[in-house]
Amino acid sequence: MMKNFGYTINTKRAIDLDKNDLSIAEEVMREVPSWSLCIGCGSCTATCTAGAFTDYNFRKTHLLARRGDIATLRKELDKCMLCGKCVLQCPRGVNTRGVIAALCRLLPQ
Amino acid sequence: MKRSSWEKYQKTIPDDNFYYARSCIRQNFFPGSEAAFLKILKDDLGVDVFDDAKHTSCTGIGYHSDIVPLETIMTVVARQFSLMNEAGYKNMVSSCITSFGLYTEILSMWHHFPELEEKTHDNLKKATGRDFVKPECVVHSSDLIFHFRDRIAAKAKKKLVNSVTGRPLKVVEHIGCHYAKIFPTAGIGGSEFPYVLAGMVESWGGEVVDYPERRHCCGFGFRNYLVQANRGAPVANSRQKLESMAPYKPDFIVANCPGCTMFLDKWQYAIQQMEGVTYGADGHGIPVLSYEEMAGLVLGYDPWDLGMQMHQVSVEPLLMKLDIDYDESHKFLGNNGKYISRPTDCGL
Amino acid sequence: MAAKRVIVIGGGVSGMQAAITLKKQGMTPLLIEKDINLGGKLCRWDRLFPSQTPAKEVVESLVGQISELGIRTLLCCEVSEIARNEGKIEVSTTDGNSYEAEAVIIASGFDLFNATRKEEYGYKIYPNVITSVDLEEMFKEGRVVCADGKAPRSVAFLHCVGSRDRQVGNCHCSRVCCITGVKQAMEIKELYPDCNVYNFYMDMRMFGSGYEELYTKAQEKYRINFIRGRISECSGTIDSGVRIKAEDTLAGRPLKLTVDMLVLLVGKQAPALNAKFASELGITVSPDGFLKGMDCFENATRTSVEGVFVAGTATGPKNVGESMSEAVKAAMDVSEYINTLS
Repeated sequence: MMKNFGYTINTKRAIDLDKNDLSIAEEVMREVPSWSLCIGCGSCTATCTAGAFTDYNFRKTHLLARRGDIATLRKELDKCMLCGKCVLQCPRGVNTRGVIAALCRLLPQ
Repeated sequence: MKRSSWEKYQKTIPDDNFYYARSCIRQNFFPGSEAAFLKILKDDLGVDVFDDAKHTSCTGIGYHSDIVPLETIMTVVARQFSLMNEAGYKNMVSSCITSFGLYTEILSMWHHFPELEEKTHDNLKKATGRDFVKPECVVHSSDLIFHFRDRIAAKAKKKLVNSVTGRPLKVVEHIGCHYAKIFPTAGIGGSEFPYVLAGMVESWGGEVVDYPERRHCCGFGFRNYLVQANRGAPVANSRQKLESMAPYKPDFIVANCPGCTMFLDKWQYAIQQMEGVTYGADGHGIPVLSYEEMAGLVLGYDPWDLGMQMHQVSVEPLLMKLDIDYDESHKFLGNNGKYISRPTDCGL
Repeated sequence: MAAKRVIVIGGGVSGMQAAITLKKQGMTPLLIEKDINLGGKLCRWDRLFPSQTPAKEVVESLVGQISELGIRTLLCCEVSEIARNEGKIEVSTTDGNSYEAEAVIIASGFDLFNATRKEEYGYKIYPNVITSVDLEEMFKEGRVVCADGKAPRSVAFLHCVGSRDRQVGNCHCSRVCCITGVKQAMEIKELYPDCNVYNFYMDMRMFGSGYEELYTKAQEKYRINFIRGRISECSGTIDSGVRIKAEDTLAGRPLKLTVDMLVLLVGKQAPALNAKFASELGITVSPDGFLKGMDCFENATRTSVEGVFVAGTATGPKNVGESMSEAVKAAMDVSEYINTLS
């Protein structure tokens, strides 16, 4: 029985690239190579229908996927409406819709 | 460990004539340290240092907890200076890192904004009828032990060496943030590779361990941990350090800040109780010493006179490595031979 | 009739190009170089972005022309004093000689930022923290390895070391480090395809022709991880790795990473010599210490003092091509100036 002192020990906030599992990110990258070209401009998020009225942020979500921080992403991606506007906006030609589709398939339920 | 920058960060440390400003909390957690500091300076080194019953807290805890305003703390600090003048001393030596940081920062603010100093003279006059002259030099008490480290080494009864293996003890040094992160030039060795504790360790035969989270703050931060429910982040910072140093198997930790020394010691107990994790050898903790305790052991002081029975992490494994002859039955007896009670025994 | 003598200070690419152009314009240049060789900083460089041209090719071509044209060159010779008297430029050198000319082109280049000044990165303390110049020398020797002689399995590059940093007094952008970081990252991947490479940047400034394309290639073909965030601190790990703390600013989260090797992309800064030129000749320097041309446009290689011209990185960070073009411009300006004297 562990003792309760009236507080808990916080978990680390840092993205830990030494420990994170990047296998899903690598698989998505193989399927959608244009994903590598993202420069984080945020035009996908600026135009996002879902992001306008929820806290969904596609730029951040897929960046965390690339870093292997996947714990919360499934819930996030469910907010996407798959409207496809982000694909039209991307200056680097990233197939953003393809990234979402691949992530939805590969991320654990 | 290799360093190249510390020689750039030297500071003038006078040899004599000090007014001592004590810490608010050290006497609770490391009760023999300040007494040992005075004894080492006066008896072993013959330095004139004055311990004044009249001085107060610098109010740094209140200041860093958003209770004491800047004007007030400046006035309190001015009163300490005034008491120093009255006692006939020129140099201030502070036992607390945060006090040291505040004295240094206040002197710097007065330098850059003379109107603040004017105002403080007024405030002190109105509040106490006193006036003050600024000290010629403000140092931290670890600066002084560093300054005299070779003289201490010359009088050493023990070296920081494992008596069984003959190898130097591996020591983690932890420097309080307010020592040199506010003004890197105010600390021996600067802020990235501070040398104030490392210099003592090396002079007395030990070996300093460099580990990835060496420069990380212990997490103390005053307002951040004062409320019990908020302690999750402070303790996590100490844990981050402990996890990072553990693979190096340090024989002990030495720190120069009241809060850090207390945190690194006490949190080992909390983490063991909450998570069952320990960081030292054989399920024990890593002993945490103040630099006065370290100097005291080197000079052959009795560990119980140094107050080391009040540590959360037992120091006995370290005492054995150093081949220090101690009497277990005296551990919890006070100066008058009376039982002083004991901290919770958690096997650390 | 003016004697058409011109002193060129600095035997790097700008100085050599300036001397060559002057000679071709019928002037008599005297090239003064402090090192034992001509070529300046380029002598330490392996290949040049964006075309991967060996730096040696550029240096050898210029040195060849210098010798073919019979341009008088002084090596291991430093300028000790420079003055303008009665329309003439007088230069004294450390070997005790002095030279007179109608004009001078200052092509004295830049200093590399001393990375030990950024103490938090532990350069010269942690053996696997190196600079972009150290890495370039490794490329040149054909052996890129960690301190223990092993091939790195992960390498991080840190952009803007000594640039855009008020803490060290360098507010300016050194311009070429971003593209150098991209180039070197790709070269690491060419050598070690399985190596994980990370570039930590504040902004990616791909200003030159072909640079953005190189950046894209680095992402798509070489899968280099570009992380927007400046490293705050490095430390050594128990197995001689380098632990990095940064923020992934686009994720808004701190980031922790251990690599086998960290490369600091060191910037360019104004050499101390610039202050000497400024005080002895009366030309002006910018707040960042680089020499100032008369304007940023058609008179960029002229200075406020008659007969004194500037070229290359003496006036601010530039790439090799820009430095050479500017040297040609400076030489043409000198030629025009001297012709007006006669």
